[in-house]
Amino acid sequence: MKPGLYFVDGGTACAEGAIYAGCSFFAGYPITPATSIVEWMAKRLPEVKGYYLQMEDEIASIAAIIGASWAGGKAMTATSGPGFSLMQENLGYAYLTETPIVIVDAQRSGPSTGQATMPGQQDIMQARYGSHGDIPPIAFCPWSVQEMFDFTIYAFNYAERFRTPTLVMSDGEISYMREPLTIPKSQEFPVINRERLTPNHSSPRDIFLRYEMPRFGDGMNLLVTGSAHRPTGVRDYTPRFHRATIEWLFEKNQQAGNALRKERLDLEVTDLESASTAVLSFGAAARPAYHAVQRARKKGRKVGFIRLKTLWPLPEAHLLEVLKDVQRVLVVEMNMGMMVHEIARLARHASVISVPKVAGEVHQSDEILDQILEGDVT
Amino acid sequence: MTKESQRLGKPQAYYRENYLRNLPSAFCAGCGNGTILNSFVRAVDELIVSKQIRHKDLLGVSGIGCSAWIPSPHFKGDTLHTTHGRAIAFATGAKVMNPQLKVVVFTGDGDGAAIGGNHLIHAARRNIPMTVILVNNLNYGMTGGQSAPTTPLHVQTSTYPQHPEAPFDLTQLVLGAGASYVARWTTFYVNELIATIKEALIHPGFSFIEVISQCPTYAARFFSEFQSTLSPDELDQYRRHPGAWMLKALKGKKSGEHLGQPQYQLKLKDKDIELGLFRRELRPTLIEYLQELWG
Repeated sequence: MKPGLYFVDGGTACAEGAIYAGCSFFAGYPITPATSIVEWMAKRLPEVKGYYLQMEDEIASIAAIIGASWAGGKAMTATSGPGFSLMQENLGYAYLTETPIVIVDAQRSGPSTGQATMPGQQDIMQARYGSHGDIPPIAFCPWSVQEMFDFTIYAFNYAERFRTPTLVMSDGEISYMREPLTIPKSQEFPVINRERLTPNHSSPRDIFLRYEMPRFGDGMNLLVTGSAHRPTGVRDYTPRFHRATIEWLFEKNQQAGNALRKERLDLEVTDLESASTAVLSFGAAARPAYHAVQRARKKGRKVGFIRLKTLWPLPEAHLLEVLKDVQRVLVVEMNMGMMVHEIARLARHASVISVPKVAGEVHQSDEILDQILEGDVT
Repeated sequence: MTKESQRLGKPQAYYRENYLRNLPSAFCAGCGNGTILNSFVRAVDELIVSKQIRHKDLLGVSGIGCSAWIPSPHFKGDTLHTTHGRAIAFATGAKVMNPQLKVVVFTGDGDGAAIGGNHLIHAARRNIPMTVILVNNLNYGMTGGQSAPTTPLHVQTSTYPQHPEAPFDLTQLVLGAGASYVARWTTFYVNELIATIKEALIHPGFSFIEVISQCPTYAARFFSEFQSTLSPDELDQYRRHPGAWMLKALKGKKSGEHLGQPQYQLKLKDKDIELGLFRRELRPTLIEYLQELWG
């Protein structure tokens, strides 16, 4: 779509963000509420001489985008909870083989088929720990249609810059909701392209544990494997090689965390000065949470608002800084309480209270306001 | 087809130097995988020397199992060693993203027909240009001789005292799924296999080669009918060197001709198995249809 102002749903915004970022390959499988992303990619990718494939399942979808990434493309898939579960094994493959790909999870209410068309935020721990083995995720969490566009581009940027899979943890609400979307002019929004490892590079033999990525077809005889490997790709189970690999994956993740903070993509703080209560939320749940905070402030309550823009890596140091003077943290999320445990681990000085909501409904601002007022220490 | 004599004119060292790496391999003595790897590099060499393909365009993709180790780490070229059963799905992404690549998937009967069976039939249906070499050794070799979807009825495996399931005929399965090139050989038919791999690699569409192979470590006991034809001396030899002797069991009888090529018939545990070329036809590929969308 041309630069300008549009009124679209979050899925379309996400797909347009991918096109803006230079995505040239998409493989997916129909699933609600990710369908609008898949359908828009099917229409748009051929227009930019890209490739869209509907695969036989979600396992094949993520496999295909990993293959496409090694063939040199910027690649993405989109799904919802059940599909995200199926992708976990190959997602681990992408972490270990340092393959840049973007996965959008438009979360719906589970477990299992659950409430197929209704939103949830119950996959956030699957994003963190879902694949077997130690995995260091980067997971963006948009709360608006505009952020569906922006964060998809950032997801590509971080995937390409740090040679890693990245996740956009959207949900059914944000994917289906319609809002204004501004599409910037080309090059107005930063787009990071892959640094390529070519046969002419001074040290082309080490293809792993580095930021530059080679591609198939360049005559480099690449050995890419999901087994433990040396930097050259040769399979090797020696502890020192695998330890070096895993440590490198986590080191990159830490660097990504630092970069996210520098770019102000880790979290957003509103009205937290001199507040004794903080309301912390993310994604769709953050919208009624923000509204409730505004209402409480009008009533004279000393309450502030924190919104996580990235869930993983969790901006721990930054959170500790902003939470250091509050006595109470309400964690608003559309699950039985997941992120609240992370916050309780960090903010040991404060009383950390879970404000959960399940069964496919977004919180009402009233429910959150009641919690703010109830037991308010001021 | 290049004459056998020309092929034999090249020393082993030539192939080792140009196409192989990380040797010696981890394959058991007498395993059919070495034969298949050797057949593959000979086919590839002839196509490269005659400038029909380029070495740098070759991409070997594999999943998990003994067959997966044929390309990775042994083939000197681009390789992608993926998760169990998913090689064809990974290969699909690579091929579509860069249609220049000559993609060859090495898979096994467990990898390609059990956990990965869905990807196999869908790749055949799509007619995506790639070659799938499925090494059918009738069991799970890497994990220790468990039952596979190809294991003959009533043999003993480590997960079934008496395998109670009927086996798949994978060639018929892939024919039914619409593959445009389908052939089946055993590791006994080396020259035929080399010629078939050559043909499959330049076939514009999805090509499937099932290679019934010997697993001397776990599947020798499957050939009880064959063993019953052996003298006590021969049986002793069979037990000492099962890999070499199983090749005799994998030799068929000429049964006719199809598409101008001879076919053979093999008996495997009461089942008649046809060997040879089954289909070679041209139909539009997935890549062509996708690029049509560009307008």
